[in-house]
Amino acid sequence: MRQEIREKTAYMGVLLSLSLLLSYVESLIPFYFGVPGIKLGLANLAVVIVLYWYGWREAIALNVMRVLLSGFLFGNLFMIMYSLAGAVCSFLMMCFVRKTGKFSVVGVSISGGIFHNVGQLGVAVFVTETVAAVSYLPVLAAAGTVTGMLIGLTAAEVLKHTKGYMGRKG
Amino acid sequence: MIRDAETENEFQVCLGKNRKQAVKKNDFYLAAAVFAAAFVLWAVQRLFFASEGERITVTQNGKAVGSYSLREDDMLTFTDEAGGKNVLVIRDGKAYMQEADCPDGLCVRQRAISKKGESIICLPHKLAVEVTAGDEAETDAVAR
Repeated sequence: MRQEIREKTAYMGVLLSLSLLLSYVESLIPFYFGVPGIKLGLANLAVVIVLYWYGWREAIALNVMRVLLSGFLFGNLFMIMYSLAGAVCSFLMMCFVRKTGKFSVVGVSISGGIFHNVGQLGVAVFVTETVAAVSYLPVLAAAGTVTGMLIGLTAAEVLKHTKGYMGRKG
Repeated sequence: MIRDAETENEFQVCLGKNRKQAVKKNDFYLAAAVFAAAFVLWAVQRLFFASEGERITVTQNGKAVGSYSLREDDMLTFTDEAGGKNVLVIRDGKAYMQEADCPDGLCVRQRAISKKGESIICLPHKLAVEVTAGDEAETDAVAR
């Protein structure tokens, strides 16, 4: 038991730094389509992996730490609020979709991608107090599907190769 | 060469033979459904609402700050309560954000807008610029 906790703590640390690294890499890629809010969501890879390795409690911890740390490192308080909304929205959806048991990692990641964008759109509407931003919804939903799928396929590959070695034994 | 079951499985995985379980059919249905819905929404937007707009309406902090014609070239500066600045340019019937001192600068990178319903949002400064149909705004102005 103690051994397991030690192992988990170590791996959580590794994954947290991985997610921070991915956030940084993403900020370097000029990935822009003329519509606000579209991004790769590379850091979500670490969240998805932890969700499958350990469960939702650990994934929440990683998610919140990631948003706060990357916000202070590469952004500002405003960006923390903005990305926290996306992260929370996407995370709740991923947990729900995973609970239904009808989808694999790819489906879970896709729903996460979509709802990350929906959450951020929600913030945009809330902050500006106009519905002007809603016109971006179709583009953002499609973009979330594509990026979510890419992240999901990557996560599926990682999970496949670590099966039996990582996460909950058995 | 003798391989135990686990190594054998790993070997198969490396060869890509265990791919089947990785992705479920439902995943593709989900992706397809979202794409279809997004496309329909987008098409509806394009077909029914995407006529060229006449005016832009600027809201800051939820309050209407001003309404300007897209027909007249102009350069407008908006300042929020914290002193954050946005410079909006209207040229050739299109409006775009030329300059802003917001931290992310996303509004400057957004495309020029000219069609009804299109918008430029600057979240840090709570600023929204939206293209509106000309007629109603015009009548409003005349009525007043």
